[in-house]
Amino acid sequence: MSTVSSRPAGRARRLRPLWYLMPAAVVVLGIIGYPVVRAIGFSFFHYNPLDVTGAHVRFVGLSNYLRALTNPGFQHAAVNSVIWIFGVVTVQFLLGLMGAVILNQRFRGRDVVRGLVLIPWATPSVLAAMMWMWILDGNYGVLNDLLHRVGLGFLAQPWFSQPGTALGSLMLIDVWQGIPFFAVMLLAAMQTIPGELLEAARLDRASAWRTFWAIKLPIIAPTVMITTLLRIVWTASYMDLILIITQGGPGYATLTVPADAYYTAYTDFAFGRAGAMAVIQALVLLGVVLAYLRLLSRQGILDA
Amino acid sequence: MSRRRRFRPRVWLWAMVGGWLGFALGPYVWMLFTSIKPTRELYRFPVQYFPHHPTLRAYGLLLRTTPFPEFMAHSLVVAASTVLATLLLALPAAFSLSRHRFRGKKAILSILVSVQFFPSVLLVLSLFPILRALDLLNTLVGLVVVYTAFVTPFSVWLLKGFFDGIPTEVDEAALVDGCSEVRALRHVLMPILVPGVVAAATYIFIFSWNEFLFALTFTSSNQARTLPIGLDSFIGNFLIRWNLLTAGGVISAVPIFLFFLLVQRRLISGLAAGAVKG
Repeated sequence: MSTVSSRPAGRARRLRPLWYLMPAAVVVLGIIGYPVVRAIGFSFFHYNPLDVTGAHVRFVGLSNYLRALTNPGFQHAAVNSVIWIFGVVTVQFLLGLMGAVILNQRFRGRDVVRGLVLIPWATPSVLAAMMWMWILDGNYGVLNDLLHRVGLGFLAQPWFSQPGTALGSLMLIDVWQGIPFFAVMLLAAMQTIPGELLEAARLDRASAWRTFWAIKLPIIAPTVMITTLLRIVWTASYMDLILIITQGGPGYATLTVPADAYYTAYTDFAFGRAGAMAVIQALVLLGVVLAYLRLLSRQGILDA
Repeated sequence: MSRRRRFRPRVWLWAMVGGWLGFALGPYVWMLFTSIKPTRELYRFPVQYFPHHPTLRAYGLLLRTTPFPEFMAHSLVVAASTVLATLLLALPAAFSLSRHRFRGKKAILSILVSVQFFPSVLLVLSLFPILRALDLLNTLVGLVVVYTAFVTPFSVWLLKGFFDGIPTEVDEAALVDGCSEVRALRHVLMPILVPGVVAAATYIFIFSWNEFLFALTFTSSNQARTLPIGLDSFIGNFLIRWNLLTAGGVISAVPIFLFFLLVQRRLISGLAAGAVKG
Protein backbone atom coordinates (compact mmCIF):
# COMPACT_ATOMS: atom_id res chain seq x y z
CA MET A 1 0.00 0.00 0.00
CA SER A 2 2.43 2.58 1.14
CA THR A 3 5.63 3.19 -0.73
CA VAL A 4 7.36 5.31 1.80
CA SER A 5 6.94 3.40 5.02
CA SER A 6 8.30 0.24 3.43
CA ARG A 7 11.67 1.97 3.19
CA PRO A 8 14.00 2.15 6.17
CA ALA A 9 12.20 4.40 8.57
CA GLY A 10 14.36 7.24 9.80
CA ARG A 11 13.22 10.00 12.08
CA ALA A 12 12.91 12.49 9.24
CA ARG A 13 10.88 10.04 7.26
CA ARG A 14 8.52 9.44 10.14
CA LEU A 15 7.96 13.16 10.56
CA ARG A 16 7.36 13.72 6.88
CA PRO A 17 3.56 13.21 6.93
CA LEU A 18 3.46 16.02 9.44
CA TRP A 19 4.87 18.52 6.96
CA TYR A 20 2.25 17.66 4.40
CA LEU A 21 -0.65 17.73 6.86
CA MET A 22 0.38 20.64 9.05
CA PRO A 23 -0.80 23.60 6.94
CA ALA A 24 -4.27 22.17 6.37
CA ALA A 25 -4.55 21.05 9.99
CA VAL A 26 -3.56 24.44 11.38
CA VAL A 27 -6.09 26.27 9.23
CA VAL A 28 -8.94 23.87 9.93
CA LEU A 29 -8.30 23.58 13.64
CA GLY A 30 -7.73 27.32 14.05
CA ILE A 31 -10.72 28.51 12.07
CA ILE A 32 -13.23 25.74 12.70
CA GLY A 33 -12.07 23.72 15.70
CA TYR A 34 -11.18 26.58 18.02
CA PRO A 35 -14.31 28.66 17.37
CA VAL A 36 -16.59 25.67 17.89
CA VAL A 37 -14.96 24.93 21.24
CA ARG A 38 -15.24 28.60 22.11
CA ALA A 39 -18.94 28.67 21.20
CA ILE A 40 -19.58 25.69 23.44
CA GLY A 41 -17.75 27.61 26.15
CA PHE A 42 -19.75 30.82 25.83
CA SER A 43 -23.03 28.93 25.87
CA PHE A 44 -22.50 28.90 29.66
CA PHE A 45 -22.08 32.65 29.82
CA HIS A 46 -24.14 35.73 29.42
CA TYR A 47 -22.28 37.08 26.42
CA ASN A 48 -22.70 39.89 23.89
CA PRO A 49 -19.62 40.45 21.71
CA LEU A 50 -21.01 43.74 20.45
CA ASP A 51 -20.81 45.16 23.95
CA VAL A 52 -17.25 46.48 23.75
CA THR A 53 -16.85 47.12 27.45
CA GLY A 54 -17.12 43.39 28.08
CA ALA A 55 -18.72 44.26 31.36
CA HIS A 56 -21.64 41.94 30.87
CA VAL A 57 -19.79 38.69 30.39
CA ARG A 58 -20.70 36.54 33.35
CA PHE A 59 -20.99 32.86 34.07
CA VAL A 60 -24.60 31.69 34.21
CA GLY A 61 -24.23 27.91 34.34
CA LEU A 62 -26.97 26.04 32.54
CA SER A 63 -29.40 28.93 32.58
CA ASN A 64 -29.02 29.58 28.82
CA TYR A 65 -29.97 25.97 28.16
CA LEU A 66 -32.95 26.08 30.49
CA ARG A 67 -34.17 29.33 29.05
CA ALA A 68 -33.90 27.96 25.52
CA LEU A 69 -35.70 24.73 26.31
CA THR A 70 -38.57 26.42 28.11
CA ASN A 71 -39.02 29.13 25.48
CA PRO A 72 -42.21 28.58 23.43
CA GLY A 73 -40.47 29.96 20.34
CA PHE A 74 -37.76 27.36 20.63
CA GLN A 75 -40.30 24.60 21.12
CA HIS A 76 -42.08 25.71 17.95
CA ALA A 77 -38.73 25.77 16.20
CA ALA A 78 -37.91 22.24 17.36
CA VAL A 79 -41.18 20.89 15.94
CA ASN A 80 -40.65 22.81 12.70
CA SER A 81 -37.13 21.43 12.44
CA VAL A 82 -38.38 17.85 12.71
CA ILE A 83 -41.02 18.47 10.01
CA TRP A 84 -38.48 20.25 7.84
CA ILE A 85 -35.80 17.55 8.06
CA PHE A 86 -38.07 14.54 7.80
CA GLY A 87 -40.25 15.96 5.02
CA VAL A 88 -37.47 17.31 2.87
CA VAL A 89 -35.18 14.30 3.11
CA THR A 90 -37.94 11.76 2.48
CA VAL A 91 -39.24 13.49 -0.65
CA GLN A 92 -35.73 14.16 -1.92
CA PHE A 93 -34.82 10.53 -1.46
CA LEU A 94 -37.89 9.15 -3.23
CA LEU A 95 -37.62 11.54 -6.17
CA GLY A 96 -33.84 11.16 -6.28
CA LEU A 97 -34.20 7.37 -6.46
CA MET A 98 -36.66 7.72 -9.31
CA GLY A 99 -34.27 10.11 -10.96
CA ALA A 100 -31.35 7.70 -10.62
CA VAL A 101 -33.42 4.91 -12.20
CA ILE A 102 -34.31 7.23 -15.10
CA LEU A 103 -30.73 8.37 -15.63
CA ASN A 104 -29.57 4.77 -15.58
CA GLN A 105 -31.71 3.95 -18.67
CA ARG A 106 -30.31 4.30 -22.12
CA PHE A 107 -31.82 7.09 -24.13
CA ARG A 108 -30.65 9.64 -26.60
CA GLY A 109 -29.23 12.80 -25.03
CA ARG A 110 -28.73 11.10 -21.69
CA ASP A 111 -25.43 12.83 -20.98
CA VAL A 112 -26.94 16.25 -21.60
CA VAL A 113 -29.90 15.43 -19.36
CA ARG A 114 -27.55 14.22 -16.64
CA GLY A 115 -25.83 17.59 -16.74
CA LEU A 116 -28.98 19.70 -16.91
CA VAL A 117 -30.80 18.10 -13.99
CA LEU A 118 -27.80 18.91 -11.79
CA ILE A 119 -28.29 22.62 -12.21
CA PRO A 120 -30.71 23.16 -9.29
CA TRP A 121 -28.07 21.63 -7.05
CA ALA A 122 -25.49 24.23 -8.14
CA THR A 123 -27.97 27.07 -7.80
CA PRO A 124 -27.14 29.60 -5.07
CA SER A 125 -29.81 29.57 -2.38
CA VAL A 126 -30.51 33.27 -2.96
CA LEU A 127 -31.21 32.61 -6.61
CA ALA A 128 -33.43 29.63 -5.82
CA ALA A 129 -35.26 31.72 -3.24
CA MET A 130 -35.78 34.56 -5.68
CA MET A 131 -37.04 32.39 -8.54
CA TRP A 132 -39.53 30.58 -6.35
CA MET A 133 -40.68 33.76 -4.57
CA TRP A 134 -41.68 35.06 -7.98
CA ILE A 135 -43.32 31.79 -9.06
CA LEU A 136 -45.26 31.52 -5.78
CA ASP A 137 -46.04 35.23 -5.58
CA GLY A 138 -49.55 35.80 -4.24
CA ASN A 139 -50.58 38.44 -6.81
CA TYR A 140 -48.66 37.80 -10.00
CA GLY A 141 -47.21 34.32 -9.37
CA VAL A 142 -47.32 31.88 -12.24
CA LEU A 143 -48.38 29.01 -9.99
CA ASN A 144 -51.57 30.77 -8.91
CA ASP A 145 -52.13 31.68 -12.56
CA LEU A 146 -51.83 28.05 -13.64
CA LEU A 147 -54.21 26.98 -10.87
CA HIS A 148 -56.79 29.47 -12.15
CA ARG A 149 -56.38 28.28 -15.73
CA VAL A 150 -57.00 24.63 -14.88
CA GLY A 151 -60.04 25.48 -12.79
CA LEU A 152 -58.39 25.10 -9.40
CA GLY A 153 -58.47 28.81 -8.73
CA PHE A 154 -59.79 28.24 -5.23
CA LEU A 155 -56.36 26.83 -4.35
CA ALA A 156 -54.55 30.00 -5.35
CA GLN A 157 -53.11 31.76 -2.34
CA PRO A 158 -50.21 33.83 -0.99
CA TRP A 159 -47.98 30.84 -0.33
CA PHE A 160 -45.28 32.38 1.84
CA SER A 161 -47.42 34.66 3.98
CA GLN A 162 -49.77 32.13 5.58
CA PRO A 163 -48.78 29.95 8.51
CA GLY A 164 -50.33 26.88 6.87
CA THR A 165 -48.43 27.00 3.59
CA ALA A 166 -45.19 28.87 4.32
CA LEU A 167 -43.13 25.98 5.66
CA GLY A 168 -44.33 23.66 2.91
CA SER A 169 -43.39 26.22 0.26
CA LEU A 170 -39.89 26.53 1.68
CA MET A 171 -39.60 22.74 1.73
CA LEU A 172 -40.57 22.63 -1.93
CA ILE A 173 -37.59 24.85 -2.77
CA ASP A 174 -35.20 22.73 -0.75
CA VAL A 175 -36.54 19.58 -2.44
CA TRP A 176 -35.95 21.24 -5.81
CA GLN A 177 -32.34 21.96 -4.86
CA GLY A 178 -31.62 18.60 -3.28
CA ILE A 179 -32.99 15.98 -5.69
CA PRO A 180 -29.90 16.00 -7.96
CA PHE A 181 -27.58 15.14 -5.08
CA PHE A 182 -29.52 11.99 -4.28
CA ALA A 183 -29.94 11.12 -7.95
CA VAL A 184 -26.21 11.41 -8.67
CA MET A 185 -25.14 9.46 -5.60
CA LEU A 186 -27.63 6.67 -6.23
CA LEU A 187 -26.79 6.59 -9.93
CA ALA A 188 -23.11 6.17 -9.10
CA ALA A 189 -24.01 3.29 -6.80
CA MET A 190 -26.23 1.65 -9.41
CA GLN A 191 -23.41 1.75 -11.91
CA THR A 192 -21.32 -0.42 -9.62
CA ILE A 193 -23.85 -3.27 -9.99
CA PRO A 194 -22.09 -5.98 -12.01
CA GLY A 195 -23.69 -6.48 -15.43
CA GLU A 196 -23.49 -10.27 -15.08
CA LEU A 197 -25.86 -10.16 -12.12
CA LEU A 198 -28.47 -8.28 -14.11
CA GLU A 199 -27.91 -10.56 -17.08
CA ALA A 200 -28.45 -13.60 -14.84
CA ALA A 201 -31.66 -12.08 -13.50
CA ARG A 202 -32.81 -11.46 -17.04
CA LEU A 203 -32.10 -15.06 -18.07
CA ASP A 204 -34.07 -16.23 -15.04
CA ARG A 205 -36.92 -14.05 -16.32
CA ALA A 206 -37.04 -12.07 -13.09
CA SER A 207 -39.42 -9.11 -13.25
CA ALA A 208 -37.99 -5.60 -13.21
CA TRP A 209 -39.61 -5.05 -9.83
CA ARG A 210 -38.07 -8.18 -8.38
CA THR A 211 -34.67 -7.42 -9.90
CA PHE A 212 -34.80 -4.05 -8.21
CA TRP A 213 -35.67 -5.41 -4.75
CA ALA A 214 -33.51 -8.54 -4.79
CA ILE A 215 -30.41 -7.33 -6.63
CA LYS A 216 -30.18 -3.59 -7.06
CA LEU A 217 -31.41 -2.39 -3.69
CA PRO A 218 -29.05 -4.49 -1.52
CA ILE A 219 -26.09 -3.29 -3.57
CA ILE A 220 -26.97 0.38 -3.36
CA ALA A 221 -28.09 0.17 0.29
CA PRO A 222 -24.82 1.48 1.81
CA THR A 223 -24.86 4.51 -0.48
CA VAL A 224 -28.53 5.10 0.30
CA MET A 225 -27.81 5.05 4.02
CA ILE A 226 -24.74 7.27 3.92
CA THR A 227 -26.30 9.76 1.51
CA THR A 228 -29.43 10.00 3.62
CA LEU A 229 -27.37 10.57 6.74
CA LEU A 230 -25.36 13.34 5.11
CA ARG A 231 -28.52 14.90 3.81
CA ILE A 232 -30.21 14.80 7.23
CA VAL A 233 -27.30 16.63 8.79
CA TRP A 234 -27.11 19.27 6.06
CA THR A 235 -30.84 19.81 5.94
CA ALA A 236 -30.90 20.29 9.70
CA SER A 237 -28.46 23.19 9.49
CA TYR A 238 -29.70 24.70 6.24
CA MET A 239 -31.53 27.93 6.89
CA ASP A 240 -30.64 30.21 3.97
CA LEU A 241 -34.12 30.02 2.47
CA ILE A 242 -35.70 30.89 5.81
CA LEU A 243 -33.42 33.88 6.34
CA ILE A 244 -34.04 35.15 2.82
CA ILE A 245 -37.75 34.58 2.36
CA THR A 246 -39.72 34.40 5.60
CA GLN A 247 -37.35 35.30 8.48
CA GLY A 248 -39.08 32.57 10.46
CA GLY A 249 -42.56 33.99 10.01
CA PRO A 250 -45.45 34.41 9.76
CA GLY A 251 -45.44 34.05 13.54
CA TYR A 252 -43.25 31.08 14.30
CA ALA A 253 -44.48 29.16 11.25
CA THR A 254 -41.11 28.73 9.53
CA LEU A 255 -38.72 29.17 12.44
CA THR A 256 -36.33 26.21 12.74
CA VAL A 257 -33.77 25.67 15.49
CA PRO A 258 -30.74 27.10 13.65
CA ALA A 259 -32.77 30.11 12.49
CA ASP A 260 -33.97 30.67 16.04
CA ALA A 261 -30.36 30.56 17.26
CA TYR A 262 -29.30 32.96 14.52
CA TYR A 263 -31.93 35.53 15.36
CA THR A 264 -31.29 35.14 19.08
CA ALA A 265 -27.68 36.12 18.40
CA TYR A 266 -28.08 38.81 15.77
CA THR A 267 -31.41 40.35 16.70
CA ASP A 268 -31.46 39.89 20.47
CA PHE A 269 -27.64 39.92 20.78
CA ALA A 270 -27.83 37.04 23.23
CA PHE A 271 -24.86 35.06 21.92
CA GLY A 272 -24.67 32.86 24.98
CA ARG A 273 -28.25 31.67 24.63
CA ALA A 274 -27.85 31.31 20.86
CA GLY A 275 -24.77 29.18 21.49
CA ALA A 276 -26.79 26.99 23.85
CA MET A 277 -29.44 26.48 21.15
CA ALA A 278 -26.82 25.54 18.57
CA VAL A 279 -25.19 23.12 21.02
CA ILE A 280 -28.55 21.49 21.75
CA GLN A 281 -29.07 21.01 18.02
CA ALA A 282 -25.57 19.60 17.59
CA LEU A 283 -26.07 17.14 20.46
CA VAL A 284 -29.41 15.91 19.16
CA LEU A 285 -27.93 15.46 15.68
CA LEU A 286 -24.94 13.67 17.12
CA GLY A 287 -27.31 11.33 18.90
CA VAL A 288 -29.19 10.67 15.66
CA VAL A 289 -25.96 10.06 13.76
CA LEU A 290 -24.61 7.66 16.36
CA ALA A 291 -27.86 5.72 16.58
CA TYR A 292 -27.98 5.56 12.81
CA LEU A 293 -24.39 4.35 12.48
CA ARG A 294 -25.03 1.70 15.10
CA LEU A 295 -28.06 0.51 13.23
CA LEU A 296 -26.00 0.35 10.05
CA SER A 297 -23.13 -1.57 11.55
CA ARG A 298 -25.51 -3.99 13.25
CA GLN A 299 -27.01 -4.79 9.87
CA GLY A 300 -23.52 -5.16 8.44
CA ILE A 301 -24.17 -2.47 5.86
CA LEU A 302 -21.03 -0.53 6.66
CA ASP A 303 -18.75 -3.53 6.18
CA ALA A 304 -19.57 -3.71 2.49
CA MET B 1 -29.20 -3.92 -21.47
CA SER B 2 -30.49 -5.75 -24.48
CA ARG B 3 -30.63 -4.22 -27.92
CA ARG B 4 -34.33 -4.90 -28.34
CA ARG B 5 -35.33 -2.61 -25.53
CA ARG B 6 -33.85 0.45 -27.12
CA PHE B 7 -36.38 0.35 -29.95
CA ARG B 8 -39.41 -0.23 -27.84
CA PRO B 9 -41.57 2.89 -27.62
CA ARG B 10 -40.78 4.36 -24.30
CA VAL B 11 -43.23 7.15 -23.91
CA TRP B 12 -43.22 6.88 -20.14
CA LEU B 13 -39.48 7.38 -19.99
CA TRP B 14 -39.59 10.49 -22.13
CA ALA B 15 -42.53 11.85 -20.16
CA MET B 16 -40.58 11.47 -16.94
CA VAL B 17 -37.43 12.96 -18.38
CA GLY B 18 -39.47 15.84 -19.75
CA GLY B 19 -41.29 16.37 -16.47
CA TRP B 20 -38.06 16.36 -14.54
CA LEU B 21 -36.36 18.80 -16.90
CA GLY B 22 -39.40 21.06 -16.69
CA PHE B 23 -39.33 21.05 -12.89
CA ALA B 24 -35.56 21.51 -12.71
CA LEU B 25 -35.21 24.21 -15.35
CA GLY B 26 -38.67 25.80 -15.42
CA PRO B 27 -37.76 28.35 -12.75
CA TYR B 28 -34.73 29.40 -14.81
CA VAL B 29 -36.78 29.80 -17.98
CA TRP B 30 -39.33 31.83 -16.08
CA MET B 31 -36.60 34.03 -14.61
CA LEU B 32 -35.16 34.62 -18.09
CA PHE B 33 -38.58 35.57 -19.51
CA THR B 34 -39.26 37.91 -16.61
CA SER B 35 -35.94 39.67 -17.01
CA ILE B 36 -36.64 40.67 -20.62
CA LYS B 37 -40.23 41.83 -20.13
CA PRO B 38 -41.00 45.55 -20.05
CA THR B 39 -42.55 46.58 -16.74
CA ARG B 40 -46.10 46.85 -18.10
CA GLU B 41 -46.05 43.17 -19.11
CA LEU B 42 -44.92 42.04 -15.67
CA TYR B 43 -47.82 42.80 -13.42
CA ARG B 44 -50.82 41.28 -15.13
CA PHE B 45 -53.23 38.68 -14.02
CA PRO B 46 -53.87 36.30 -15.77
CA VAL B 47 -50.13 36.20 -16.29
CA GLN B 48 -48.78 36.96 -19.76
CA TYR B 49 -46.29 34.14 -20.38
CA PHE B 50 -44.19 35.30 -23.30
CA PRO B 51 -42.57 38.72 -23.56
CA HIS B 52 -44.27 40.58 -26.43
CA HIS B 53 -41.77 43.40 -26.50
CA PRO B 54 -38.54 41.87 -25.20
CA THR B 55 -36.08 44.41 -23.90
CA LEU B 56 -32.70 44.41 -22.20
CA ARG B 57 -33.45 47.59 -20.31
CA ALA B 58 -33.46 45.86 -16.93
CA TYR B 59 -29.92 44.58 -17.56
CA GLY B 60 -28.73 48.05 -18.48
CA LEU B 61 -30.29 49.56 -15.39
CA LEU B 62 -28.86 46.86 -13.20
CA LEU B 63 -25.31 47.32 -14.46
CA ARG B 64 -25.39 51.12 -14.59
CA THR B 65 -27.41 52.16 -11.57
CA THR B 66 -26.71 49.51 -8.93
CA PRO B 67 -23.54 48.14 -7.28
CA PHE B 68 -24.17 44.81 -9.01
CA PRO B 69 -20.86 44.83 -10.99
CA GLU B 70 -18.95 45.28 -7.72
CA PHE B 71 -20.78 42.37 -6.10
CA MET B 72 -19.85 40.27 -9.08
CA ALA B 73 -16.17 41.26 -8.90
CA HIS B 74 -16.11 40.47 -5.16
CA SER B 75 -17.61 37.06 -5.78
CA LEU B 76 -15.09 36.24 -8.51
CA VAL B 77 -12.13 37.33 -6.38
CA VAL B 78 -13.34 35.40 -3.35
CA ALA B 79 -14.15 32.22 -5.30
CA ALA B 80 -10.87 32.21 -7.24
CA SER B 81 -8.77 32.90 -4.12
CA THR B 82 -10.59 30.21 -2.16
CA VAL B 83 -9.97 27.65 -4.91
CA LEU B 84 -6.27 28.47 -4.96
CA ALA B 85 -5.77 28.54 -1.20
CA THR B 86 -7.75 25.37 -0.61
CA LEU B 87 -5.93 23.38 -3.28
CA LEU B 88 -2.57 24.48 -1.86
CA LEU B 89 -3.58 23.17 1.56
CA ALA B 90 -5.55 20.12 0.48
CA LEU B 91 -3.27 18.58 -2.15
CA PRO B 92 -0.30 17.82 0.11
CA ALA B 93 -2.59 16.66 2.89
CA ALA B 94 -4.50 14.33 0.58
CA PHE B 95 -1.24 12.99 -0.85
CA SER B 96 0.08 12.21 2.60
CA LEU B 97 -3.13 10.56 3.76
CA SER B 98 -3.13 8.39 0.65
CA ARG B 99 0.56 7.45 0.47
CA HIS B 100 2.10 7.63 3.92
CA ARG B 101 1.40 5.25 6.73
CA PHE B 102 1.47 6.73 10.20
CA ARG B 103 -0.21 6.64 13.55
CA GLY B 104 -3.38 8.66 13.98
CA LYS B 105 -4.25 8.52 10.29
CA LYS B 106 -7.60 6.93 10.91
CA ALA B 107 -8.42 9.56 13.51
CA ILE B 108 -7.57 12.34 11.08
CA LEU B 109 -9.79 10.81 8.41
CA SER B 110 -12.74 10.59 10.76
CA ILE B 111 -12.20 14.18 11.90
CA LEU B 112 -12.26 15.27 8.26
CA VAL B 113 -15.61 13.60 7.79
CA SER B 114 -17.07 14.85 11.05
CA VAL B 115 -16.36 18.50 10.25
CA GLN B 116 -19.21 18.16 7.76
CA PHE B 117 -21.50 17.57 10.69
CA PHE B 118 -20.96 20.83 12.58
CA PRO B 119 -24.05 23.01 12.44
CA SER B 120 -22.99 26.09 10.49
CA VAL B 121 -24.86 28.33 12.92
CA LEU B 122 -22.43 27.30 15.66
CA LEU B 123 -19.54 28.45 13.46
CA VAL B 124 -21.24 31.67 12.48
CA LEU B 125 -21.82 32.56 16.12
CA SER B 126 -18.30 31.94 17.26
CA LEU B 127 -16.39 33.18 14.22
CA PHE B 128 -18.08 36.55 14.38
CA PRO B 129 -16.29 37.82 17.51
CA ILE B 130 -13.02 36.29 16.33
CA LEU B 131 -13.11 37.96 12.91
CA ARG B 132 -14.09 41.14 14.66
CA ALA B 133 -11.05 40.98 16.91
CA LEU B 134 -8.82 40.33 13.89
CA ASP B 135 -10.41 43.22 11.98
CA LEU B 136 -11.46 40.84 9.22
CA LEU B 137 -15.17 41.60 9.37
CA ASN B 138 -16.47 43.18 6.19
CA THR B 139 -13.37 42.21 4.17
CA LEU B 140 -12.89 39.85 1.25
CA VAL B 141 -9.85 38.35 2.98
CA GLY B 142 -12.03 37.37 5.93
CA LEU B 143 -14.41 35.51 3.64
CA VAL B 144 -11.58 33.71 1.83
CA VAL B 145 -10.07 32.60 5.13
CA VAL B 146 -13.35 31.24 6.44
CA TYR B 147 -14.32 29.55 3.17
CA THR B 148 -10.90 27.94 2.84
CA ALA B 149 -11.09 26.46 6.31
CA PHE B 150 -14.62 25.30 5.67
CA VAL B 151 -14.04 23.48 2.36
CA THR B 152 -10.57 22.09 3.06
CA PRO B 153 -11.75 18.94 4.92
CA PHE B 154 -14.07 17.81 2.14
CA SER B 155 -11.53 18.70 -0.53
CA VAL B 156 -8.85 16.64 1.21
CA TRP B 157 -11.26 13.74 1.39
CA LEU B 158 -12.21 14.08 -2.26
CA LEU B 159 -8.60 14.35 -3.46
CA LYS B 160 -7.49 11.45 -1.29
CA GLY B 161 -9.98 9.29 -3.20
CA PHE B 162 -8.30 10.30 -6.46
CA PHE B 163 -4.79 9.64 -5.12
CA ASP B 164 -5.97 6.22 -3.96
CA GLY B 165 -7.06 5.54 -7.52
CA ILE B 166 -3.54 5.99 -8.87
CA PRO B 167 -1.46 2.79 -8.48
CA THR B 168 1.47 3.27 -6.11
CA GLU B 169 3.78 1.78 -8.74
CA VAL B 170 3.58 5.11 -10.54
CA ASP B 171 5.21 7.16 -7.79
CA GLU B 172 7.40 4.24 -6.71
CA ALA B 173 8.97 4.25 -10.16
CA ALA B 174 9.64 7.95 -9.89
CA LEU B 175 11.20 7.56 -6.43
CA VAL B 176 13.40 4.69 -7.61
CA ASP B 177 14.58 6.91 -10.44
CA GLY B 178 15.87 9.29 -7.79
CA CYS B 179 13.01 11.75 -7.82
CA SER B 180 12.32 13.47 -4.51
CA GLU B 181 8.87 12.94 -3.09
CA VAL B 182 7.82 16.51 -3.69
CA ARG B 183 8.96 16.32 -7.31
CA ALA B 184 7.22 13.00 -7.79
CA LEU B 185 4.05 14.63 -6.53
CA ARG B 186 4.40 17.66 -8.74
CA HIS B 187 5.63 16.18 -11.99
CA VAL B 188 4.40 12.61 -11.99
CA LEU B 189 1.20 12.45 -9.96
CA MET B 190 -0.28 15.87 -10.65
CA PRO B 191 -0.74 15.36 -14.39
CA ILE B 192 -2.63 12.13 -13.75
CA LEU B 193 -4.64 13.84 -11.05
CA VAL B 194 -6.06 16.57 -13.29
CA PRO B 195 -9.64 15.22 -13.25
CA GLY B 196 -9.56 15.06 -9.47
CA VAL B 197 -8.23 18.60 -9.18
CA VAL B 198 -10.88 19.82 -11.62
CA ALA B 199 -13.61 18.14 -9.58
CA ALA B 200 -12.30 19.62 -6.33
CA ALA B 201 -11.84 23.08 -7.87
CA THR B 202 -15.38 23.00 -9.22
CA TYR B 203 -16.76 22.03 -5.86
CA ILE B 204 -14.81 24.77 -4.09
CA PHE B 205 -15.69 27.41 -6.67
CA ILE B 206 -19.39 26.65 -6.57
CA PHE B 207 -19.38 26.58 -2.79
CA SER B 208 -17.74 30.00 -2.55
CA TRP B 209 -19.82 31.51 -5.36
CA ASN B 210 -23.06 30.39 -3.72
CA GLU B 211 -22.28 30.74 -0.02
CA PHE B 212 -24.84 32.82 1.81
CA LEU B 213 -24.78 32.51 5.59
CA PHE B 214 -21.17 33.48 6.35
CA ALA B 215 -21.21 36.24 3.77
CA LEU B 216 -24.45 37.62 5.16
CA THR B 217 -23.13 37.65 8.70
CA PHE B 218 -19.56 38.81 8.07
CA THR B 219 -20.19 41.61 5.58
CA SER B 220 -22.08 44.73 6.47
CA SER B 221 -21.53 47.12 3.58
CA ASN B 222 -21.16 47.07 -0.19
CA GLN B 223 -17.38 47.17 0.10
CA ALA B 224 -17.25 43.41 0.71
CA ARG B 225 -20.65 42.09 -0.28
CA THR B 226 -20.69 39.14 -2.63
CA LEU B 227 -23.35 38.38 -5.24
CA PRO B 228 -25.68 36.34 -3.02
CA ILE B 229 -25.72 39.08 -0.41
CA GLY B 230 -26.17 41.74 -3.05
CA LEU B 231 -29.12 39.88 -4.51
CA ASP B 232 -30.56 39.40 -1.04
CA SER B 233 -30.36 43.13 -0.38
CA PHE B 234 -32.07 43.71 -3.75
CA ILE B 235 -34.89 41.38 -2.72
CA GLY B 236 -35.48 43.75 0.18
CA ASN B 237 -35.08 46.97 -1.77
CA PHE B 238 -36.51 46.19 -5.22
CA LEU B 239 -39.28 43.86 -4.26
CA ILE B 240 -41.59 45.41 -6.79
CA ARG B 241 -39.05 45.49 -9.63
CA TRP B 242 -38.95 41.88 -10.61
CA ASN B 243 -37.36 42.48 -14.00
CA LEU B 244 -34.33 44.07 -12.36
CA LEU B 245 -34.11 41.31 -9.77
CA THR B 246 -34.37 38.51 -12.30
CA ALA B 247 -31.81 40.20 -14.58
CA GLY B 248 -29.39 39.99 -11.64
CA GLY B 249 -30.36 36.38 -11.18
CA VAL B 250 -29.71 35.53 -14.81
CA ILE B 251 -26.28 37.16 -14.77
CA SER B 252 -25.26 35.47 -11.55
CA ALA B 253 -26.28 32.07 -12.93
CA VAL B 254 -24.11 32.36 -16.05
CA PRO B 255 -20.77 31.30 -14.53
CA ILE B 256 -22.42 28.37 -12.79
CA PHE B 257 -23.93 27.17 -16.06
CA LEU B 258 -20.69 27.55 -17.99
CA PHE B 259 -18.44 26.03 -15.39
CA PHE B 260 -20.83 23.26 -14.69
CA LEU B 261 -21.62 22.17 -18.22
CA LEU B 262 -17.91 22.31 -18.98
CA VAL B 263 -16.88 19.91 -16.26
CA GLN B 264 -20.05 18.11 -15.21
CA ARG B 265 -18.99 14.64 -16.33
CA ARG B 266 -15.73 14.80 -14.48
CA LEU B 267 -17.46 16.28 -11.47
CA ILE B 268 -20.01 13.49 -11.22
CA SER B 269 -17.46 10.71 -11.46
CA GLY B 270 -15.22 12.62 -9.09
CA LEU B 271 -17.78 13.25 -6.38
CA ALA B 272 -19.09 9.74 -6.68
CA ALA B 273 -15.60 8.23 -6.51
CA GLY B 274 -14.69 10.24 -3.44
CA ALA B 275 -17.96 9.52 -1.71
CA VAL B 276 -18.25 5.84 -2.44
CA LYS B 277 -14.69 5.10 -1.40
CA GLY B 278 -15.13 6.97 1.85
